[in-house]
Amino acid sequence: MELNRRKAIALGAGGAAVVAFAGSALAQAATDAAAPAADAAVNTAAAPQTEAKTVEQWIEEFTGGAEVTEGGITLTAPEIAENGNTVPIEVDAEGASEILVLATGNPTPGVTITKFGEAAGSRKIATRIRLAETQDITAIAKMDDGSFKQATSNVKVTIGGCGG
Amino acid sequence: MAENVKPRVKVPKSASAGEVITIKSLISHPMESGQRKGPDGNLVPRSIINRFTVELNGKNVIDMQLEPAISTNPYIEFDAKVDEAGEFKFTWYDDDGSVYEETAEIEIS
Repeated sequence: MELNRRKAIALGAGGAAVVAFAGSALAQAATDAAAPAADAAVNTAAAPQTEAKTVEQWIEEFTGGAEVTEGGITLTAPEIAENGNTVPIEVDAEGASEILVLATGNPTPGVTITKFGEAAGSRKIATRIRLAETQDITAIAKMDDGSFKQATSNVKVTIGGCGG
Repeated sequence: MAENVKPRVKVPKSASAGEVITIKSLISHPMESGQRKGPDGNLVPRSIINRFTVELNGKNVIDMQLEPAISTNPYIEFDAKVDEAGEFKFTWYDDDGSVYEETAEIEIS
């Protein structure tokens, strides 16, 4: 194709039109995406705030008042955590069906309740948690035979992890 | 309000039948604890992932209830027993009602 000035201008205009069209399509997509986000924001405000349960309430609810014995469960946590915002922990309880983890010194002591299903490969989980201050972490496992085992580990926290 | 929530999982491509594999999962999420004060001095409302479940071919692997003490960008590592090829389904439930899903295939070698 021979490209003279007139054709070049026409091509340029066509290209610009394509860009403008794509731009408007993008803007439309952005608006669509923004709408659900706004809905989500409204839902957040209405999200139920669960009451802060005490350590005793957590244990009572989990064990139903049954006796809890030491041993049979391993709780791995660092001795000293420089940053309380993210403290790696690992809980391993062979034969457990559920594991409760509590950070006893936090404003809301609950950390997690893990239930293991039929496809679980072990009774072990590792995660990262927040600790507000130096405190004991407690893990309680509900064993398959209905008994409860507990392990406690003290973690010294240099910088707390709950803001404030 | 959780924005830019991005789930990530690390699952081996294949396993031998009956093998126990370790799965690592991470989801980018602020996990606002409801304890922290914002720049205006008011408490920032709680907004966390409150539940995380994993299934392999519809069979439950783990089902976790998460509390505000779980760190920002919740990282969870656990083991699964693979008896047959199939698909892992990971689901995170947000306080605001959002549900984030991720899947990963696994083959038997």
